[in-house]
Amino acid sequence: MSLQDELQSVLKEGLEKINHSTDLKEITNDIKVNLLGKKGEITKVLRGIKDLPNEEKPLVGQYANKVRDEIQTALANKQEILENEALNAKLSAEKIDVTLPGSTTRVGHPHVIQSIIDQICDMFMGMGYEVLSGPEVEEDKYNFEMMNLPKDHPARDMQDTFYITKEILMRTQTSPMQARTLEKHDFSKGPLKMISPGVVYRRDTDDPTHSHQFHQVEGIVIDENITMGDLKGTLEFLTHQLFGDKFDVRLRPSYFPFTEPSVEADITCFKCNGKGCDVCKNTGWIEVLGAGMVHPNVLEMAGVDSQKYGGFAFGLGPDRFAMLKYGVDDIRDFYLNDVRFLSQFN
Amino acid sequence: MKVSYKWLKDYINLDVSADELAEKIERSSVEVDSVVKPSAGLKKIVVGQILSLEDHPDSDHLHICQVDVGEDEPLQIVCGAPNVAVNKKVIVALPGSRIADNVKIKKSKMRGVPSFGMLCALDEIGFPKDVVPKEWSEGIYFLPENAEIGSDVYDYIGMNDELIDLDVTPNRGDMLSMYGTLRDLSAIYNKPVNLDYKKLNDFSNDKSADQISNRVDLEDVSSYKNRVINNVEVKASPLWLQIRLWNAGIKPINNIVDITNYMMIKFGQPMHAYDLDKVSGKQFIVRNAKVGEKITTLDEDEVNLDENDLVVADSKAPIAMGGVIGGLNTSITNDTKNIVLECAVFDSIKVRKMARKHVIHTEASQRFERGVDINNLTNVLEEASWMINDLAIGDVCEDIVTAVDKPKENINVRISLDRINHVLGTKLTVDQVKDIFERLAFKVDVKNNDFDVEVPTRRGDIHIDSDLIEEVARIYGYDNLPSTLPEGKTTIGMLSPKQQLIRNSRNKLQALGLTHAISYSLTTPEKANMFLMQDTYETDLSFPMSTDHFTLRMNLVTGLLDDIAYNQARNVKDVALYEQGRVFYKDNEDQVRPNEIEHISAAISGALVNKKWNNNPKNVDFYDIKGILENYLSSLQLNGNIEYIATNKYPEMHPGRTADIMVHGHYIGFIGQVHPKIAKKFNIKETYVFDLNLQTIIDLPKQEQQYDLVSKYPSISRDIAMLVNTEITNKQIMDVILKRGGAYLTNVSLFDVYNGKNVPEGKKSMAYSLTYQNKKDTLTDDEVNKAFDKVERNLVKEFDVEIR
Repeated sequence: MSLQDELQSVLKEGLEKINHSTDLKEITNDIKVNLLGKKGEITKVLRGIKDLPNEEKPLVGQYANKVRDEIQTALANKQEILENEALNAKLSAEKIDVTLPGSTTRVGHPHVIQSIIDQICDMFMGMGYEVLSGPEVEEDKYNFEMMNLPKDHPARDMQDTFYITKEILMRTQTSPMQARTLEKHDFSKGPLKMISPGVVYRRDTDDPTHSHQFHQVEGIVIDENITMGDLKGTLEFLTHQLFGDKFDVRLRPSYFPFTEPSVEADITCFKCNGKGCDVCKNTGWIEVLGAGMVHPNVLEMAGVDSQKYGGFAFGLGPDRFAMLKYGVDDIRDFYLNDVRFLSQFN
Repeated sequence: MKVSYKWLKDYINLDVSADELAEKIERSSVEVDSVVKPSAGLKKIVVGQILSLEDHPDSDHLHICQVDVGEDEPLQIVCGAPNVAVNKKVIVALPGSRIADNVKIKKSKMRGVPSFGMLCALDEIGFPKDVVPKEWSEGIYFLPENAEIGSDVYDYIGMNDELIDLDVTPNRGDMLSMYGTLRDLSAIYNKPVNLDYKKLNDFSNDKSADQISNRVDLEDVSSYKNRVINNVEVKASPLWLQIRLWNAGIKPINNIVDITNYMMIKFGQPMHAYDLDKVSGKQFIVRNAKVGEKITTLDEDEVNLDENDLVVADSKAPIAMGGVIGGLNTSITNDTKNIVLECAVFDSIKVRKMARKHVIHTEASQRFERGVDINNLTNVLEEASWMINDLAIGDVCEDIVTAVDKPKENINVRISLDRINHVLGTKLTVDQVKDIFERLAFKVDVKNNDFDVEVPTRRGDIHIDSDLIEEVARIYGYDNLPSTLPEGKTTIGMLSPKQQLIRNSRNKLQALGLTHAISYSLTTPEKANMFLMQDTYETDLSFPMSTDHFTLRMNLVTGLLDDIAYNQARNVKDVALYEQGRVFYKDNEDQVRPNEIEHISAAISGALVNKKWNNNPKNVDFYDIKGILENYLSSLQLNGNIEYIATNKYPEMHPGRTADIMVHGHYIGFIGQVHPKIAKKFNIKETYVFDLNLQTIIDLPKQEQQYDLVSKYPSISRDIAMLVNTEITNKQIMDVILKRGGAYLTNVSLFDVYNGKNVPEGKKSMAYSLTYQNKKDTLTDDEVNKAFDKVERNLVKEFDVEIR
């Protein structure tokens, strides 16, 4: 048998073995070494080349290389196939139930009222308002008198008050911050634009719609050319941001001693879209805040020239907003801190 | 105030529905609580006539009535009312009808006798019990004799009216009357109204002054007038008057009382009528009550008066609480012959205080509190007299006895067009504004662009130009105002560093798994005084509502413990909360206003994560809360070392598991386990807390965020394990390692603490990993070994540790 024939039969047998092999290890070790290794079949055959006539040597050499290449290719292909099979088998064995719940990571939740307050603050900071907070234990002077509510004023009855002494009380509203900032503001440096969120207190018995502690956000803008149209635009912006701009806003006359004119702002009832339901007491409207043009007495008492300067103020209740927005029907839920309640808000 | 839509239309021509009218009133003058048609929801309730009556064989009070309801055959209806009588026209709820509260009436049998419907009392078809006249309170109602059999009953008793319930703000007392409401509607709709007052022409020959005397001892009464009417015939008022009263929510009593109430709802001026023959000394003295005096009111309540109460007294005793309610003894009864009318203006503050103190809020007190129009008193007194003469045939004395009368002048207010447009942001013209004032029936004089406005005394809420601007705005319509945003010099809106730090703190603690709680600041004195971080005195309310909310908190922890208790009582075992808010400290007992200090506090109990299929959560321990705190504090970039110093000084904390937290030597708060005794008291499971003075943290210097080079040279780690005496703390060992670690020591971490098997008594095994790195060159083993040996030597020297 010529060397060429031998190589051919090595090739044939080699390819057959490779084809039949199903074992990755056999391919990468045994078969490879047997065929291509230093003591392998091809090497063995090639040892006979030295005995060939010189003119045949290149031909046989070339053929031998071709055989080696073919075997190498076949080995590589087979190796890839077997590796893929092995990987697929492994992956299929690793299959899991993706519907099992994920591992727990502890997450905390913001308080819904705080979220609303933050949202309101951010909105107004974007319009150039500063955020200020005042004392919760307040002087009667700031809470009432400088807000144009002298002693014996009937509107004081609307705000039952926790007194500490005759002159010191738990603030019933965030409005005293109007007086406090008006007193301090230097108008030569520009307008006063301020909002003041905080906790307020009323001498009320806690029930689903009353809480002796709740929150308010006060806002005030004072400058030389502030109009009631600016108030209207600002309130519309605020309510549209908080509740969505598909709702109409209506202003109607109201009464607060510290503003004149005074208005209350209503928005379309979002439960019934204005058709009338139990939430809006069949009026189609829901009251969301009180506002008005700052009363000249308030400005003058704080030492601001009411002929030159004027502007608007508004006050709103984040508790009420949260109740309306999420349909919470008991204000006490905000202060019980039931984890099942708190964790619903993000 | 419930305003009758029908009554309004007697005066003003309105082509809008009651609902549209209510919407307009809301947008232009006062809030509307509801618009109610009394007959709404009622069905098949008709006039019937009782043809015959027989006793029910099996009942001592039921009657079997044959009732003509305008059909071919009479209906048989069994009725239990005591006043049922033949021939009377009655309210019949037919089979298939609906009566009050949506109750359906069906054919039925009453003790064996078939009954086809029901004879109704007024409250059974929806009248509030407190407006049903006494006469009809215990039985069925008799309709007028001319009522048409078989027709709906609603028109006969005023139930087809629509009632607009106004919620009048404290400034708009004028809207608590028909005339006031009509004046506003006249302005709003720009339609004329004719609001006149009736006056009697024929008076008796008797004089009031001969029969009575009156006197006012107080400054609080600006007008007080009486008139005598003799020989009145007290009886029920005509139905039309009763309807107007009950639709306004007022119970008809008798013609005299009804007329005084009618004056009140028509004109807004409360009145009172006394039975002259029961007034001792025929004197009417307006004075302060004396200590010990009592009065039994018309509502038959006995009230103990004091010297701050304003009363009308006769020569012996108080006969009325001025402006609030009359007395029973001198009230008008069916036997009354001679009456004295009273028309007065009592001080609003005085009346308000009385009404509040005695909790007697009446239609009269409501009006006096908001102020009545002093210049209208005589008009009202005249129309009342005319009406009493008309309905009760009384002989009216021409003279009015006036104890005091200080009429008011109309107020003149000047305002310019520019001012109005400047405040409202409008471009109104002189004519538009003038028109608005004239529609309001204010006299207005225009000079150039200035308006001189004369405001009638009935509008006691208008004093200054801003008040006029409100009038212009509401009549012009808030809907018509432009919608703009403030213009002017740009201002910067951003959180202050303190606000930013507080917000960051909240976000960080939430990221670390704590949920934001908001608890009450007012608590019990006991809770306020727990977990104190400094010497302080408590701040108490002077008139608390309850003992639960009595004292201002001086810590945030107790609130969180209450929250945990609330949750754990509801089977929510795993709770991790934080709160940010103020505590209220007083440095000494005499300090009135407490210092309000921002705190931030956390409490965890149960496990941090819920039990699930792939985990096995453990209950929290000291190191869990400490880990949260360390992460939080590190986010604040405080300048200086943070130290945890074991302490047993807080009586509410576990003495062996609590530490004070110090930043660069400043005390900022404490951390640890709530004392088991306290936990038991609050009814909570093992709980760990921290409470920090956030203000101190805000005030502490912060580091600038600095960049630390990430070295490209490799680091080398060496572990050291040793046996140390139990009482040696981690901090002591760390201090030595850091001090002796050399220039290349970049990190030390404790990776094992063990004191179980194979560790001798009194010892513990601790293992640290030390990381070395040279930022500028590759470290050699030699260098590391040298540094590491030094640490080992020093640990042995300092603490006699046994290197393992």
